[in-house]
Amino acid sequence: MNRHFHAARLVRTAAALVGLVGVLTLGASAMHIAEGYLPPAWCVLWGAVCAPFVAAGFFSIKKKVEAAPRAKLLLAMCGAFAFVLSALKLPSFTGSCSHPTGVGLGVILFGPMTMAVLGLIVLLFQALLLAHGGITTLGANVFSMAVAGPIVSWLVYKLLRRAKAPAAVAVFAAAALGDLFTYVVTSFQLGIVTGSLVQYLTVFAVTQIPLAIAEGLLTVVVFNVLEKYSKTELQQLCVL
Amino acid sequence: MKVWQKNLILIVLVVLLAALPLWLLPNAEFGGADGQAEEVILENDPDYEPWFQPILEPASGEVESLLFALQAAVGAGIVGFVLGRVTRRPDGGEKS
Repeated sequence: MNRHFHAARLVRTAAALVGLVGVLTLGASAMHIAEGYLPPAWCVLWGAVCAPFVAAGFFSIKKKVEAAPRAKLLLAMCGAFAFVLSALKLPSFTGSCSHPTGVGLGVILFGPMTMAVLGLIVLLFQALLLAHGGITTLGANVFSMAVAGPIVSWLVYKLLRRAKAPAAVAVFAAAALGDLFTYVVTSFQLGIVTGSLVQYLTVFAVTQIPLAIAEGLLTVVVFNVLEKYSKTELQQLCVL
Repeated sequence: MKVWQKNLILIVLVVLLAALPLWLLPNAEFGGADGQAEEVILENDPDYEPWFQPILEPASGEVESLLFALQAAVGAGIVGFVLGRVTRRPDGGEKS
C-alpha cells in the first residue's frame, strides 16, 4: 500500500519535471535580433553594410590558406569553435540566458574578415533551422557578431601585443571585449529604431558580461594548446 | 605550469561562472535575452507586429534542444579532431 503510494508520487514528480523542462526549453530562446523585429529598410541597410566584409572575407580566406596550407585545419576548427560556443546558452547574473559568439579565436588566428564568412555560416544555420535570429535580421546580426565584434577583437589583440602583453592576456581581452561589443552593437541596432537604448543595453550587454569572460577564458584554453603544439602555423599566420 | 594544468584551472573558472548565477539567483527565470528584447520593443510600440515569420520553426522545445545539441556536438567533434591532429607526436615518436 505504502509502496504503491510512493510509486504514484514518483510518477507524478517525474511528469511534473518533464513538463517543467519542456516549458523551460520552450521559453528559452536566446539572443540575436529575432525574425521580423527590424523594419525592412534597416534589414536592407545592415545587409548592404555587411556584404563587402563577407566578400573581403572570402578573398582573405583564400589568401591565408594559400600562404599556409596547413592552416586549413585551424580554419575549420575556428568555425567549429564558434559553432559550439553559440550553441551554449549560459545563465547570467541578470537572471536571463544568452550565449557567447565564439568568433574571437578565429579573429586572432585569421583576422576579422575571415570571421565575417564563418559568422555568417553560423547565423544562417541558426536562422534557418532553429528559428533563432532570422533571415530578415541576418544582415544586422552578421554585422554585430561577425563584423563589429571581430574588428574590436582584432584591434584589442594587436594593440595589446604591440604593448608587449603576454599572448594569453591579449587573447582573453580580445575575445571577451569582442563578444561584449557584439551585444552593445545589437542594443544600438534596436535602440536606433525604437528608442530606449538603455533598456536594450541592460537586456543584452549587461547579461553578456559574465558570458564574455567565459568566452575569453575558453578561447585562451584552445590558444594555449595551439601555442604549444602549433607554433609554426601561428607564426605563418602572424599571430605570434 | 603545464598547459593542461593551466587549462584545467581556466575550465573550472568557466564552470563556476556559469553555475554561480544559478546558485545566487534561485528564483530567476533564466529566459532568453532576445525574448526580453521583444518585450522592450512591444513596450515601446504595443502595436508592433513582426513583419516576417521564421521559415522553419523547431516542432517543439525538444526538437529545438536536439538541434542545439547537434550544433554543439558537430562543433566539438571538429574542434577535438583538429586539436588531436595538432597535438599528435611527430611521426616515429609515437608511443603505442
